[in-house]
Amino acid sequence: MADTKTTDAFVVFDRVQKSYDGETLVVKDLNLSMPKGEFLTMLGPSGSGKTTCLMMLAGFETATHGEILLDGRPINNIPPHKRGIGMVFQNYALFPHMSVAENLSFPLEVRGMDKTVREAKITRALDMVQMGQFANRRPAQLSGGQQQRIALARALVFEPELVLMDEPLGALDKQLREHMQFEITRLAHDLGITVVYVTHDQTEALTMSDRVAVFNDGRIQQLAPPASLYEAPQNSFVAQFIGENNTMEGIVTEISGDKCVVKLDDGELIDAKPVNVSKVGERTRVSIRPERVEMNKSRLQPGAHTLKATVREFIYMGDIFRTRLSVAGNDNFIIKTRNAPDAVRLEPGAEIEIGWLPQDCRALDA
Amino acid sequence: MSDTILRTADGKPLKAALMRASAVARRRAFMLVLPLLAFVLITFVVPIGQMLSRSVTNDAFSANMPSVVAWFAANPEGTEPDEAAYAALVVDLVNAANARTIGTVATRINYDVSGTRSLFTSTGRKAKNMEAPFKDAVLAADEEWGDKVVWAAMRNASAAVTTTFYQAATDRKLTDEGVYAKAPEDLRVYLTLFWRTFVLSGAVTLLCLILGFPVAHLLARLPMRISSLLMILVLLPFWTSLLVRTTSWMVLLQEQGILNNMLVYLGILEDNGRLALMYNQTGTIIAMTHILLPFMILPLYSVMKTIPITYTRAARSLGATSWTTFRRIYVPQTIPGIGAGGILVFILAVGYYITPALVGGATGTLISNQIAFHMQDSLNWSLAAALAAMLLAAVLALYWVYDRLVGIDNMKLG
Ligand SMILES: Nc1ncnc2c1ncn2[C@@H]1O[C@H](COP(=O)(O)OP(=O)(O)O)[C@@H](O)[C@H]1O
Ligand SMILES: [Mg+2]
Repeated sequence: MADTKTTDAFVVFDRVQKSYDGETLVVKDLNLSMPKGEFLTMLGPSGSGKTTCLMMLAGFETATHGEILLDGRPINNIPPHKRGIGMVFQNYALFPHMSVAENLSFPLEVRGMDKTVREAKITRALDMVQMGQFANRRPAQLSGGQQQRIALARALVFEPELVLMDEPLGALDKQLREHMQFEITRLAHDLGITVVYVTHDQTEALTMSDRVAVFNDGRIQQLAPPASLYEAPQNSFVAQFIGENNTMEGIVTEISGDKCVVKLDDGELIDAKPVNVSKVGERTRVSIRPERVEMNKSRLQPGAHTLKATVREFIYMGDIFRTRLSVAGNDNFIIKTRNAPDAVRLEPGAEIEIGWLPQDCRALDA
Repeated sequence: MSDTILRTADGKPLKAALMRASAVARRRAFMLVLPLLAFVLITFVVPIGQMLSRSVTNDAFSANMPSVVAWFAANPEGTEPDEAAYAALVVDLVNAANARTIGTVATRINYDVSGTRSLFTSTGRKAKNMEAPFKDAVLAADEEWGDKVVWAAMRNASAAVTTTFYQAATDRKLTDEGVYAKAPEDLRVYLTLFWRTFVLSGAVTLLCLILGFPVAHLLARLPMRISSLLMILVLLPFWTSLLVRTTSWMVLLQEQGILNNMLVYLGILEDNGRLALMYNQTGTIIAMTHILLPFMILPLYSVMKTIPITYTRAARSLGATSWTTFRRIYVPQTIPGIGAGGILVFILAVGYYITPALVGGATGTLISNQIAFHMQDSLNWSLAAALAAMLLAAVLALYWVYDRLVGIDNMKLG
């Protein structure tokens, strides 16, 4: 079983470490294995080592320790220009002295293709990104979004099996970004290419990827499909980084199977699901999504612990209401309620009681 | 379609209002650049104008020999000098000898017909004792006065403006028929020198490019801390006297110099087969390349600094070898720097003077050394001006060609 997995894997990072200065490790211990055709996103705050990983894969940096395999071959044995990896850079890196068509022609020329073949491929690639009529423009004569499309077309025109993208949409405005997210995913699926996508935007990661690797501090904190990343974060970094999140700290007082009771620092008891805790007496940070907090007692399990809360602020956001509460010493406890016909609009100062299903409240590392 | 002129709120035409509003700002801006404008006018435009006018002015002869000039004006070209001409000559020679301007006159004719200096001075001394018929008297004093070319030169020198100095600067001499033609082979100097100047300057520019390109690239790519240290090394030559640098090359490269001694000591050269690296073109090229190298490195560096490494990476990821990437992606983007550095080095080299004078020997001197010679030793300032003007014209022509090929706006000096 383990055997078939490694032979299936198209890209493998095996205990990779990287240091630029010999003093600090930028990538600490990276293990990752992706099958062909997967869309994998590396998500993490700036400086967490995502670009470094991509550069090692592309061959512009060498791993200080460990091995990177591409289709079963150690990547260090293949020079960068023979790896056949398409790359899209954050600032596009379109060659300023060449026209759009020349930019696209470049990878085909260096592969020694005939003029007629080249022209057919260029036309196809430009049509793919709906930029057919811009072939003779210079990059400087294109808008940011158009340059982005050309960069994408150039990375795809020579039909690589693996495409790396380093924050390709970082410089675009919100609307264009959302549109391009959709286009990129569609192209990737249509062409069946394997994509490693780097971003620090969690929405982008969640909406585009098959799997997301959350980076922090040179390590993968969690590698999972978007849904489980959001709903079942494995540690408090992931819980904080992905989506909005309420946290409270306390000590585990009871634990049995997939339920535990946590005594918060101000003495209140709550129900939670143990994720990173294993024994009574351990410190923990519990995490609960704002939309999973219940104000309606009838929806809670019988005997569930509830907490007293004071409304601090009510924010009307159209589709939802966002209410800020004071709960167990935390003045920044957010709850979200759908703007349904029967929804209550809470007044600041109101006293309410809140609770949740134990499986929605996760007891993570402190 | 009646009144299409846009007006401001109080009814004045918009254009006029805009002009008035910006006029004050423009006047202030002009006041700011005024000192520099005056400085440039006084120190640059005026001297160049002077130089250009000196290269064609022709008053050395005409101011001192009025009677002869009058005879030339009255008689068309080709007229045999008659008794009246000789009479005018004697009058002028007597006056010039008394006014001590005969030397100036002689020098001026000597430019066109060499060896005529003593003709004027000696006849000038005898002239006051001459009596009619003057033709015979003058010819008796010196046969050479019957020479056509002397009279052609004098006619030529009596015009208000002249091309004489430009003719001389292009190696053309006055013939007996009174027209200019190519000088005999052994008297041609300037065209050869011009040619050599441009070839040597081209070689120096090319060498600077070949040597400077990798250095500039290194400077642009290395971390700031190391690159500023290296930059100091590049700039170090600027902090040492030009003379000191040139002399140290002499110490290094001369026949009994350090390099030759070392090669002989190592047995690579025979003692009698020492390399002649100094006092010839090799010496000029080596020393000038060293001195002008920073002028190539600096503009190259400033352009390369702005080329992000991602272009190179993009090219590599697209499948280009490092050589293809260099040739097709990197070099085209450095062209503004190559152009700026190339033009800068070439123009400086074309006008270089001290270094070729010190290390050039006979074969390694440049046109500027000739210009200096005419300014300081032969005192033929008009010829010096003509040579300089030709140099200026050549450099301007070069700019024009460069603009045509690369585009002058495609040049980045820093
Ligand atoms: N070429 C380099 N030399 C030295 N340090 C570097 C270099 N590139 C990146 N780093 C350092 O490595 C860390 C990770 O950088 P990077 O991989 O670019 O992170 P990310 O892409 O996640 O923002 C940062 O602290 C950065 O300063
Ligand atoms: Mg990055």
